[in-house]
Amino acid sequence: MTPELLRELNAARRERRAVMHVTDLETGHDRLVYEGDGEDDDLGKVVKRTFRSGKSVIFEGEDGQRYFLNVHLPPARIVVIGAVHISQALAPIARIAGFDLTIVDPRTAFASPERFAGVDLVAEWPDEVLEARPLDRFTALVAVTHDPKIDDGPLKAALAAECFYVGALGSRKTHGRRVERLSEAGVKDAALERIAAPIGLDIGAASPGEIAVAIMAEIIQALRKREPLANASAKQA
Amino acid sequence: MESEQTIDTSTLDPLAMAEEWSAEGRKVALATVVETWGSAPRPTGSHLVIDGEGNFHGSVSGGCVEGAVVTEAADVLESGTPRLLEFGVADETAWRVGLSCGGKIRVYVEPVSR
Repeated sequence: MTPELLRELNAARRERRAVMHVTDLETGHDRLVYEGDGEDDDLGKVVKRTFRSGKSVIFEGEDGQRYFLNVHLPPARIVVIGAVHISQALAPIARIAGFDLTIVDPRTAFASPERFAGVDLVAEWPDEVLEARPLDRFTALVAVTHDPKIDDGPLKAALAAECFYVGALGSRKTHGRRVERLSEAGVKDAALERIAAPIGLDIGAASPGEIAVAIMAEIIQALRKREPLANASAKQA
Repeated sequence: MESEQTIDTSTLDPLAMAEEWSAEGRKVALATVVETWGSAPRPTGSHLVIDGEGNFHGSVSGGCVEGAVVTEAADVLESGTPRLLEFGVADETAWRVGLSCGGKIRVYVEPVSR
C-alpha cells in the first residue's frame, strides 16, 4: 500500500464512508473501492455482499487469483434529539457500550453544559446540525423531546437516510398522531413502520434511567441482529 | 459540534498510526489478518503496524504471534516485497511462537511505500 492510498483510506474512514481496500495477494497490487462503485462481474458481486456483511474476506477468481477484501464500515453512533432527563442517563450508558453519542436540542435551557458534562452537546435546531453532520445507515436516531416541531424533522431525515435504528418517545396515542403528520408530509408507510415506538425494549421501564437502558438495549439489538449491518461494529472499548 | 468526529490516533487505530509514522519518514510495514480458521483470536481485517525499529501497534492475534510477525516485517521492509504468513497448530514453527488457542491464521505483511 502506498502512503497516498493509506491517507485516502483514513480520510474516507474519518468521513464515515463505507470503503474497501482490495489487495491482489499474488502481486500486491491494491486499490480502494467505495460502496456503490464496482462492476457486475464476480468480484463486483462479492464486493457488494461484503459491504453488506461488513466481514472482510478473500475472493478467489476463476484464474486462481486471490484478492483480500478488507471492508471498513463506519463505527455505529447515536444521535439524540432532546437534552432531557432520559438523555442524561443515556449518555453514560452509550459510552460504556462503546457508542459515540451526540445530543441536539435547540432549547438552551435544556441543552446546558452543566446538565451534560463531557457530552457532545449541540444547542441548535436539528435541521441545521444534521445538514453539517448528516445521518447515515450506521447511525441510530433517538427522538425524545415530545415536541413535533423539534422531533419530526430529524425523524423524517433518519428514515430517508436509512438509519439502522429510529426511535421516538411517546405513548401509542402520541405516536399515532406523529404517524399521521409524517404520512401527510409524504413519508411512506413502510418507512413509518420502522420507527420504534413506544421507544425501548419492553422491559416495563419506568424511570428515565430505566427507559435509557431499554433504549440502549433496543439499539444494540437493531445493530447486532439486523442482517446487512450485523457486523458494523461499535467502537472497541 | 466544534469537536469534529475523528479517528482516535493516539491509542486505538493502527491505520491512523501507520499514516502518522509514515508521514514522520519512518519505514512502515502493515500486517493484516486475511484468513482465519477455528478459534482465531482476531477477525479478518485486523491490523498490526510495524516500523523499521521494530516498534509495533495493534494486533493480529491475542499477542501470540506478534513477535514473529514483527521479525518477518523487518525482512519485508528490507526487500520491499509483501509476504503471506501462516500460523496454526499444525505448523511446528507456529506452535513454537504460540498460537496455541487451536486456530489458524494467515497474515499478509506489506510495506507502506511507493
